[in-house]
Amino acid sequence: MSIDPPVITIGPKSGFGGFRLREIWESRFLLIRLAKRDLTLRYRQTALGVVWVVLQPLMAAGVLSFVFGKVAKLPDEGVPYYALTMSGYVGWSCFATIVSKASGSILANAGMISKVFFPRLLLPLSTVLSTMVDVAVAVVLLLGTLTISGVGLTVKVVLVVPFLLGFALLALGIGAAAAALAVPYRDINYILPVVLQLLLYASPVAYGLANVPPSVLRYMNFNPLVGLLEGMRWCCLPGRSFPTESLLRSAMGAVVIVIIGLVIFERVERDFADVI
Amino acid sequence: MSSNLAVSVRDVEKTYILGKGARANTLAEQLATKLRSFGKREQRETLQALVGISFDVKRGEAVGIVGRNGAGKSTLLKVLTRVTPPTKGEIKIYGRVGSLLEIGTGFHPELTGRENIYLNGSILGMRKEEVDRNFDAIVDFAEVSRFLDTPVKRYSSGMYVRLAFAVAAHLPTEILLIDEVLAVGDAAFKSRSISKMKQIVNEGRTILFVSHHMPSVVELCTRGIVLDHGTIAFDGTPQQAARVYLDTLASTDLRSEADRTRRSGTGEFRLARFEPLKPAFLPDETKSFDFELDHLSDLSGEVAISAHIIDESGDEIVQCDSRAMAVWMSGTESARGELHLDQPWLQPGRYTVHIVVHGTTVVDVALSVCAFEVLPQYPFPATVDQYSTGGRVLGRFDWKAESMRDVVRKHEIAASD
Repeated sequence: MSIDPPVITIGPKSGFGGFRLREIWESRFLLIRLAKRDLTLRYRQTALGVVWVVLQPLMAAGVLSFVFGKVAKLPDEGVPYYALTMSGYVGWSCFATIVSKASGSILANAGMISKVFFPRLLLPLSTVLSTMVDVAVAVVLLLGTLTISGVGLTVKVVLVVPFLLGFALLALGIGAAAAALAVPYRDINYILPVVLQLLLYASPVAYGLANVPPSVLRYMNFNPLVGLLEGMRWCCLPGRSFPTESLLRSAMGAVVIVIIGLVIFERVERDFADVI
Repeated sequence: MSSNLAVSVRDVEKTYILGKGARANTLAEQLATKLRSFGKREQRETLQALVGISFDVKRGEAVGIVGRNGAGKSTLLKVLTRVTPPTKGEIKIYGRVGSLLEIGTGFHPELTGRENIYLNGSILGMRKEEVDRNFDAIVDFAEVSRFLDTPVKRYSSGMYVRLAFAVAAHLPTEILLIDEVLAVGDAAFKSRSISKMKQIVNEGRTILFVSHHMPSVVELCTRGIVLDHGTIAFDGTPQQAARVYLDTLASTDLRSEADRTRRSGTGEFRLARFEPLKPAFLPDETKSFDFELDHLSDLSGEVAISAHIIDESGDEIVQCDSRAMAVWMSGTESARGELHLDQPWLQPGRYTVHIVVHGTTVVDVALSVCAFEVLPQYPFPATVDQYSTGGRVLGRFDWKAESMRDVVRKHEIAASD
């Protein structure tokens, strides 16, 4: 009885309210529940269920390898083409899955948002958590690919973890901003898939950078995915130098994008319930 | 001083922006509205849902908040629960708040009962240990122990509602905000919900309870606040509040300037009167109303009128739109007329009516213009009770049945012919 209860003050929105990380930490149980719901629902009522987690990346990387390696006959940079693709695709799918799931997370939960209060950022954040489970499986597949294809594993391979976290962070920034903006502007739902499609081909996912002409490379370097993808390849494939410069650019780009994305989210979120 | 205060609300205002500006769903639409209004002074239609509300709630009080549809009750709850921010003013809440704006929020049909208890509990703000601790009580209360690992999409609607209420009723917070959750389930469950709520009140927790249902407000609450047009019209005992509420329903002067300016719509016509010919009807009786429509300024084209019949829980039961019957009135003069509602047969209870006047756009919106009663005299030949008259409305139906032996015999006779 002597303990003072927590006091919540509710007032009108004025300016930037901060990211309220404490609130998010306090609702971590809900965060985990939401991620669990996402995972449970995804494969319930599918015939093959969890098998899809395995099949999906294998097939996607297979198609990309076939098109870029066999049909277009792009140079394989001295490793089996499938290993080249797979080492890029794991990072890409981590990024693309989070962006597309996070961007729909607010509208998909409109009912919850107009009825109960909880830190809204939990919704896009929970898609990061649930996607990381798929990413973990994809990493195992990547390790298998490297072993079987004869590329082999080195200690460097453990560094895919920080790189994948980089992909996830970048994706969270973009996904959260898109989720928030999709509430007043449903246009986002139409633009985003196209942008992701373009980005897949504009990033060195299914091909290496070695053969990209310098004139094009200048522009590609604005893409923060480039450094992260090169980093992934450095971890997995032999005989590559550490992509210091492009990685620095990526890191800076990622930090800026995440901050901008979260600021946009914070600015729009308080009015969700009125607009949704 | 402030130590026995649970909620303090100071000068809270909430304004919603209506009209095209708020409704533009795509970038192109929004650009188009911006371009159209370019050069003109921006006139956005606004709705003041709350106009400077102030009150304090002490710990352990059970406050019933009542008012007509559109009086600002739900907005107040949404502001209190932080679902939407106030436009002005400040609210201080001393303690953890649990809110029950709608039971079953976040329930997912594919998830099992067990999974939904945890998900819903955490959405409502419970910690894992709190759900764990209350898990058995929730399951007992909802009577679903045999179906815990069945997806809730296979639940009967009664089980679903019981489970949803049970989770919410076990929120351990000091302050509970509740919106009309009593209006669910069968009669037996309703009375159990009410006694559960009483128990919560008796535990000394603070409750803010928004409802249309006067009997439960009087039964549960220690204090009643009547909201009318976004302000506090009355604050006192629940019995008095219930009386004031019924007065606000009856006393709405549709012709008053204040009411007319507050109503939305373009305003060329304003509803002047809409009344039932009798205060109470039988379920199967034709319900007749008459109305008058004041012409204030000319409207190009004709006008139509639409009545929305709303039941006690706020759900729309039927819409009677004159456009559907191709009935239109002149856009340049006042009019009067009648509405006769023949079907469906309405369930016994109290109904309110919303009226919308349409031209090419919405001309007038008058909420809760009148109330009428439907008497509990069922139009069925046999004696029935609530267990045989479920559903939103009463149906006109017939059953035919015969023994299988008769069916076979008839068939044989037909074959031998």
